Amino acid sequence: MLSTLYAVLLYAATILLVVGVATKVLKYARTPAPLKIPVSPAPRTRTGVVLRMAREVLFFQSLFKSNKWIWVFGFLFHWGMLLVLLRHLRYFTQPVWWWVDLIQPIGVYAGFAMMAGLLGLFARRVFQERIRYISSPSDYLMLALLILIAFSGLMMKFVTPTDIIMVKAYMLGLMRFQILELPTTLPLLVHLGSVAILMIIFPISKLMHAPGLFFAPSRTQVDNAREFRHKTAWADQLPPLPETIPASGEN
Amino acid sequence: MAPLDKNDDGTPKIGKDPLEIPKLACGASADIHTFEAAPEHNEPLGFPGELLDNWKEVAIAKMGELAEKNRAFRVYLDTCVKCGACTDKCHYFLGTGDPKNMPVARQDLLRSVYRRYYTFAGKYFPKLVGARDLTKEVLDEWYTYYHQCSQCRRCAVSCPYGIDTAEISMAAREILDSVGVGQKYCNEIIAKLKKTGNNLGLNPKALRATLDDLEEDLEDETGIPVKIPLDVKGADILLITPSADFFAEPHIDGLLGYAKVFHSAGVSWTLSSYASEAANFGMFIGSYENMREVSWRIRQAAKDLGVKRIVFGECGHAWRVAYSFLNTLAGPFDFLDQNYPIPQHILEFTLDEIESGRLKIDKSKNDEYVMTFHDSCNVARGSSMGREEGGQFEVPRAVLKAVCNNYYDMDPDTIRENTFCCGGGGGLLTDDLLDLRVKGAKPRMTALQQVTEEHGVTHMAAICAICKTQFSKVMPKYGYDMDSIMSVHQLVANAVILDGQETDEADEPVAEEST
Repeated sequence: MLSTLYAVLLYAATILLVVGVATKVLKYARTPAPLKIPVSPAPRTRTGVVLRMAREVLFFQSLFKSNKWIWVFGFLFHWGMLLVLLRHLRYFTQPVWWWVDLIQPIGVYAGFAMMAGLLGLFARRVFQERIRYISSPSDYLMLALLILIAFSGLMMKFVTPTDIIMVKAYMLGLMRFQILELPTTLPLLVHLGSVAILMIIFPISKLMHAPGLFFAPSRTQVDNAREFRHKTAWADQLPPLPETIPASGEN
Repeated sequence: MAPLDKNDDGTPKIGKDPLEIPKLACGASADIHTFEAAPEHNEPLGFPGELLDNWKEVAIAKMGELAEKNRAFRVYLDTCVKCGACTDKCHYFLGTGDPKNMPVARQDLLRSVYRRYYTFAGKYFPKLVGARDLTKEVLDEWYTYYHQCSQCRRCAVSCPYGIDTAEISMAAREILDSVGVGQKYCNEIIAKLKKTGNNLGLNPKALRATLDDLEEDLEDETGIPVKIPLDVKGADILLITPSADFFAEPHIDGLLGYAKVFHSAGVSWTLSSYASEAANFGMFIGSYENMREVSWRIRQAAKDLGVKRIVFGECGHAWRVAYSFLNTLAGPFDFLDQNYPIPQHILEFTLDEIESGRLKIDKSKNDEYVMTFHDSCNVARGSSMGREEGGQFEVPRAVLKAVCNNYYDMDPDTIRENTFCCGGGGGLLTDDLLDLRVKGAKPRMTALQQVTEEHGVTHMAAICAICKTQFSKVMPKYGYDMDSIMSVHQLVANAVILDGQETDEADEPVAEEST
């Protein structure tokens, strides 16, 4: 019964995540940027922009320059989460890819890094008055949800181990559209349930910052407006203006 | 020039640190409200004269339209995670302490409404995600706080997602205009420009008379008939410069500098009375159509006069529009000489003249000044110069260092891409916002105070008409003379020696003193 419920939940969450994010991303991609608005330091070449974005995505360059505390916590959280996610690939692959095996030991520590980062971000949101001022309930809840995910995961790893072989069989089953039996330990159910919630709210929340980052004209545009004329379809449709100065001197 | 202790007139105390973060003071600048436009200011721009009866529907629809037409607007409204990195970056926040002047909070004034009407979460769980209905109070709040943003983009540099509050602020003003709530200062000026070709409303005759006076001054000073041509067909270069260069100090001294450089270079050049304005206030109000119309005059003037090149004078927002937008708005410029940048900045032109050795310079003429340079925000973060990335920082400094011996930079966190707005940018350079302008200048004034104490800096140079006007007005409130702000080309003008010019006191160009 619980196995089926979670299967439905996880399928639904996956569909909502994929369809939701794809819809939003398509929308971003199709919305024109009418003007060149790269913000300094703006590269003059496409390669320069790729490097700039790489520094932003991998090292959070701008954040590093603007706020060291948020950078430290954000960096721990995001990189920790990435390693943890990669480590989780072992539950979806058989045989496990060699490089997933390789990061296995780091992945565990990454879980703590992720938790530390999240707690730091939460603390800043509560104690730093400027950030508290700009926070909505959803901003706290989002962090709480991520903390719950990390906490339940760490519980399974270190306090009340779950039958991991069974979990893996269940996941591999889901991938072949078979519903096998899911262990019913509380940390696992909390873990999977909260992950499913996160997946569902992803496309309708600020979590869209992850794909959205790649569509910010201020960072992704090449600074070459003088050399190449930037055009937009809707702007081209505007009524033409006279090529010469009207006799009245007024436009 | 002592730092102010107590400010009876409400000016902020200068501290030690230009980046000092104030305690939150809710509502501190809620009463700073710029004058609203009258119907005769709004209508020539294509906006309703006064607040529409169905303003709410129109505003919400406009918001949706902008999200369809402008990727930046759509993406920036979605991607903010409220990390707080921008919260201490705005000069108006640093100067007023009003939390609604924190960039993210300023964005949220509009984001909260956008969420309510255009997102799933905001439609069904408004309280949870901080979404709210559009009411008259909200509209008024927009008007107040989106006219406390100078669109300087300092927050955009600090944002991990590149969210640019200027884009939100421009969109907000566009929405306000579309329901009939315009700002008097900007809209009146744009209407004036559409009539006369410049923000001042100077007609060609008056302009020519002004230029005649300036030519006289130039001849008195140099003994050489340096011309400031107007509407000369067939000239090589069309100079587009802010109209403040025709009448305000220290702007005029910059114009005299351009004239000397052009004279020395031996190029033929002209101003245009039809396009006698570099500034483009269409950007401030976020109106693509108005910005395009204002820009288009430059194309028309260039064609009409048959020039080969377009050069822009010292003006910050103007240079952003020129460098980043002009090709889009009024291009393609296939009828101009493709061997030169289109458009070119006067500093690029002057630096070429200096580096080639064609311009004769006597640096010692500026020895009475100890200079620093204020990077104008829109040049620094919305444009570039020269051939290399970062040229907008290097070119002006290279020119300054070529024409004066004493130069020091301010705190690195307050210059180049981290520069502060002067406090009067983005359509806020109006007397009804003077209180805000003084407070917004505080970080820059603090940084200036630092180099005054450390290096004895006496003067600050800028390349923006707004910066120059703003500083000459607010510097006295911080203990500096109003002429402590200078045009970069004013210093160029001082140092240039024209062919055949007799140097006064017959002194030889002094050998450079080592400092």
